[in-house]
Amino acid sequence: MSTQRSQNLQLNEHGRLRHFLTIDGLSRELLLQILDTAESFATLPGRPVKKVPLLRGRIITNLFFENSTRTRTTFELAAKLLSADVINFNISTSATTKGETLLDTLRNIEAMHSDMFVVRHAQSGAAHFIAEHASPRVSVINAGDGRHAHPTQAMLDMFTIRKHKGDFTPLRVAIVGDVLHSRVARSQILALNTLGVSEVRIVGPRTLLPTEARSLGVHVYHDLAEGIRDVDVVIMLRLQNERMDGALLPNEHEYFRLYGLTDERLENAKPDAIVMHPGPINRGIEMDSAVADGPRSVILQQVSYGIAVRMAVMSMAMQSQADLGTEA
Amino acid sequence: MSISIINGRLIDPAHGIDDRLDLHIDGEVVVAVGDAPAEFAADEIIDARNQVICPGLVDLAASLREPGYEHKATLASEAAAAARSGITTLLCTPDTNPVIDNAAVVELIHRMARKLAQARILATGALTRGLNGEHLSEMAALKQTGCVAVSNAHYPLASTLVERRALEYAATFGLTVFLRSEDRHLRAGGCVHEGVVSTRLGLPGIPSAAESVAVARDLALAQHTQAKVHFRNLSTQTAARMIREAQASGILVTADVAAHQLHLTDMDVDGFDAECHVSPPFRTLSDREALRRAVADGTITAICSDHQPHEPDAKQRPFPETEAGISGLETLLGLTLRLVEEKVLDLPTALARVTQGPADILGLPYGRLGIGSPADVCIFEPEQRWTLDSADMLSEGRNTPFDGWDFPGRISHTIFNGRVVYRATDKR
Repeated sequence: MSTQRSQNLQLNEHGRLRHFLTIDGLSRELLLQILDTAESFATLPGRPVKKVPLLRGRIITNLFFENSTRTRTTFELAAKLLSADVINFNISTSATTKGETLLDTLRNIEAMHSDMFVVRHAQSGAAHFIAEHASPRVSVINAGDGRHAHPTQAMLDMFTIRKHKGDFTPLRVAIVGDVLHSRVARSQILALNTLGVSEVRIVGPRTLLPTEARSLGVHVYHDLAEGIRDVDVVIMLRLQNERMDGALLPNEHEYFRLYGLTDERLENAKPDAIVMHPGPINRGIEMDSAVADGPRSVILQQVSYGIAVRMAVMSMAMQSQADLGTEA
Repeated sequence: MSISIINGRLIDPAHGIDDRLDLHIDGEVVVAVGDAPAEFAADEIIDARNQVICPGLVDLAASLREPGYEHKATLASEAAAAARSGITTLLCTPDTNPVIDNAAVVELIHRMARKLAQARILATGALTRGLNGEHLSEMAALKQTGCVAVSNAHYPLASTLVERRALEYAATFGLTVFLRSEDRHLRAGGCVHEGVVSTRLGLPGIPSAAESVAVARDLALAQHTQAKVHFRNLSTQTAARMIREAQASGILVTADVAAHQLHLTDMDVDGFDAECHVSPPFRTLSDREALRRAVADGTITAICSDHQPHEPDAKQRPFPETEAGISGLETLLGLTLRLVEEKVLDLPTALARVTQGPADILGLPYGRLGIGSPADVCIFEPEQRWTLDSADMLSEGRNTPFDGWDFPGRISHTIFNGRVVYRATDKR
């Protein structure tokens, strides 16, 4: 049902990407198309990406209802490298606390003419809501909604994995930490399964895993060494400060003792396993500095590939608008 | 004014009647079932050929929003919606502004309802002052001015001690207490059932245990205080089983369910459909099946609308920020009759759950058609289907997940207190 709904919402009648809200309901072919398109923008890490005129004259609006300098900046950079004009709205505390509804905010910003909204919001489903209510000539890119989805992060992770491992099908991937509250993890699991990896595992204490986790198509582990045994990819999730002590976890020390990634523990994974993290890292909580800065860490590559992946998604969504014809 | 309703199939569950019988009304009461009294000359004769004649529906829980939330609905709009829906008696919830915690608000509502004369609107008093969950309300005064039950609406009580005292105090006056069993700590910030759908959509979930933990607590206190406790709006199979077992062991508790809970599940929330944001949340298919069985076997004796009309803005937000609830008056009979089509209930039992069942929970003289009963009647054509168009609803709240659904049982007449308050036009 949802697959149907989100698919209809995300794709135009030609099956092309109109909005990018969630991985749910997207085909393997489409995900590969995103990765291939990103490949055309990517350069070696550390080298500047070439500016292309694909979105010249287009206006892209960053609508951030939740603060995030980092994600907003990579979207902004991606838009500028596509030659688009960028407007930033940080609405986290301004309009909505004054009583303006999200719909009113949306109408106001729409009145300024924009071709694309990049949306981050604290509530699950917010990007769907905006896509449902935005005018038909606006594409919506989800930059993270509540605990629901963060599909561009997932795709940059897939891009990084493909860069290092090539084929997805033989891979075993472990996602470690706070899956319950993580939109990143949900999108990664969907992407990995759609791309046909051999096994997705999640690792963490039961307080940080969703009750029906297995329904996502993952194997559940509570022991880190067991959970990462013989895996090709270890993805560490960020643990938010507010979750570190209370009824979810006793404290950060016990968490690190049980689930923190150290070089020693990493021995359980395959010798060529890569270590990923969506950032920002809590050193000494999710992982040791030795791992974060070590030879198997690809964390900084993730960041630079993020620009290419976001360029790919933005250009694809804009191109699908061409299918709308010239009536407007 | 006198009315004879002839040629119809009379179903009066309270008297075990399901037969081709005429019904005769004089003034505000039923004067004869079957043959008309000698020299009875009706002012109006309603030919109910191919139709079912049943008692007017009794709805135990409808939030009517007035006073205080007239941007959502008014007594006038909702009373008209009730009349078109065959509902002749409805209990309004105390979550108005001001709250129904004193005699003045009760009198205001009763006075407005009498003036509207579309349906009998009875007030449910607040269990605690301002529904604050801490201080007892003036229950004696509330009862005196006509409150037939007390509840804390969907607001939690501060502690089990307050709950115990509230039950004891209500029991002093023989007032039935409506409880919405939900542990607020386990509910946390949840907005949907905690399960497969909440896991995939990343929506904060409400575990089934939030209900069963609270039902266990409430059953223990019902037994301890010997108060008349009625469980409102069950949503889980565990709660239904616990109440069935409690009833079997001699604890005198009753229960109801919202009509929509018997049809939808958490799968319907998929795609972030805010019209399916309800409290308690839609749960799993096995919960729905268990609730249906509990309605069939009499564990649950009332089906309610749990009417929660909202203005459009209340649902035009990201899902977790939308307000919970469905505008339910206009689908109460239709959803109940669908259970007959789906072979969950036979027609007399289905009608019992929306007439005699709810009336008996409170010992009200409505929902039945004996001689001398108030002349509240619903006449509908069971074979005639109709389609819900939310734009055409009479309720101010158009928030429903059933827009476009097709229902059996087109209502032709509603008679309240001996007067025809609704007569079908060709439109519906």
